[in-house]
Amino acid sequence: MATVQVSEAEKVYILHGIRDDLRVDGRGCEDYRHMEIETDVVSNTDGSAKVTLGHTAVLVGIKAEIGKPRPLVPNEGYLEFFVDCSANATPEFEGRGGEELGTELSNTLYKVFNNKHSVDLKSLCICPGEHCWVLYVDVLLLQCDGNLYDAISVAIKAALFNTKIPRVHISTDEEGGKEIELSDDPYDCMRLNVENVPCIVTLCKVGHRHVVDATLQEKACSVASLIISVTHKGTVTCTRKVGGGSLDPESIFEMTEAGKRVGKALHAPLMKVLQQEEHLGKKKQKVGFLG
Amino acid sequence: ASSFHSSVPHRRHLYKSLSDSTLIGRDGQVCVVLTSDVTAPGHGTYVDEDKLTASVAGEVQRVDKLICVRPLKTRFNGEVGDVVVGRITEVQQKRWKVETNSRLDSVLLLSSVNLPGGELRRRSAEDELTMREYLQEGDLISAEVQSVFSDGALSLHTRSLKYGKLGQGVLVQLSPSLIKRQKTHFHNLPCGASIILGNNGFVWLYPTPGQQEEEAGGFYTSLEPVSLSDREVISRLRNCLLALSAHKVLLYDTSVLYCYESSLQHQVKDILKPEVMEEIVMLTQQKLLEQEG
Repeated sequence: MATVQVSEAEKVYILHGIRDDLRVDGRGCEDYRHMEIETDVVSNTDGSAKVTLGHTAVLVGIKAEIGKPRPLVPNEGYLEFFVDCSANATPEFEGRGGEELGTELSNTLYKVFNNKHSVDLKSLCICPGEHCWVLYVDVLLLQCDGNLYDAISVAIKAALFNTKIPRVHISTDEEGGKEIELSDDPYDCMRLNVENVPCIVTLCKVGHRHVVDATLQEKACSVASLIISVTHKGTVTCTRKVGGGSLDPESIFEMTEAGKRVGKALHAPLMKVLQQEEHLGKKKQKVGFLG
Repeated sequence: ASSFHSSVPHRRHLYKSLSDSTLIGRDGQVCVVLTSDVTAPGHGTYVDEDKLTASVAGEVQRVDKLICVRPLKTRFNGEVGDVVVGRITEVQQKRWKVETNSRLDSVLLLSSVNLPGGELRRRSAEDELTMREYLQEGDLISAEVQSVFSDGALSLHTRSLKYGKLGQGVLVQLSPSLIKRQKTHFHNLPCGASIILGNNGFVWLYPTPGQQEEEAGGFYTSLEPVSLSDREVISRLRNCLLALSAHKVLLYDTSVLYCYESSLQHQVKDILKPEVMEEIVMLTQQKLLEQEG
């Protein structure tokens, strides 16, 4: 991830500020920066979203393809995640520099969605044991300003909300083989229920307190972070600790509670905004990438 | 008078005209047209099929027959006497390398810093070995440009009590073209904080030091916690600077102060919301027009 250099005196200033619940930009310890979400930005995907959180910009595109279900779960579809750290974000990602971070992010996303409730995988089944929908979720990091996990998870939720999977009809032809027909109407599609899709909250331990949505300077002052994915009901689907420092079990508990609280509060406004955008329909003003 | 144009990089043709200076419009923008004499192309221009064309988007400067275009988006091009705020990137033999948002890292020679206690003596081998005790990688300093090397790198010096290592505070990184050149770049704002507007776009906000700390000369950095009220002022100023920079307003002590006053009705963290930013900057620009005509 992009790093900035911070002097010792700046670190002390940031530390004391967080201790007094007044961060450098005036936020409290559990406040997010200004977030902008736009869906349906990439025309040749089935669902897409772009999220800007401070200066972090993430683009998610989802493509639905027909594939073979996994042998152990023949009546479910599945999701495949791929995170690409573009060299646009920071020169450190040039060439293969961004691969390590990309793999780490994808693995975390697999863990976050690896449960029965986040996405209704049974609705992705077309023909048990033979055909199912595979959703390829591609994440592209455009700009890096700290807090990648949160931005990516919000973008994925928005993109899944925006995904339109075409309806298919299975018919058997003369030889007994199955034929898949897409419906003629391009607007006849299936939408996913994203109520239970979790959002990731990253909590960085700075001094004795933790902060949500840390900037790069605050990240430079923290040695350990906790990544929690929380659903709208407050259920935790995945927890990960990153960073070289150690965390006290008590602080892990405190941070988990704070993460649950913050994550739960993130879902309702997010769904409201997504539904408002959906209602605008054709009247929506497209902002795109240069806005 | 030349005007600031938006940073959309499209070509502006500077036409040769037989009549005296006339203003012509192109794409809705007004270009300054030159007099009948042949003009000399300076920096930022080139001759394209007999027409003098700008190669960068920026401000047109004219000295007699020499036409230059100074780009708006550029790295810091230092001149002697500029005040800069920089970060130490390397500690080398007898000098430090400082990052100042220029094309090359600037150089701070060991002989250009003040020794502790203000002694004036020859730098010994011991001084060389203890360089890191004074300035380490990552430290912030305020310095003045002493000279410019032939390759364009700046040579800095901190041979004055007002320059030196910076203590607790907030650094805001902005574009160098937004900083107005003034007589002094160190201001103690009446709202309760101090500001250093580095010519290189790095702005340093810090709590106004008490009386006795002024004479330290930058060697002793206080690590005492800053009071909450000072912090709030500094955070508000930081957000105001970002708001002004986003709307390309020239930064100097008056504009920063007016922006601070216009923002008092909002909470500190709300200032960065686009609608609030626009409102505050509009109020600031109105006030600036009123006061300065």
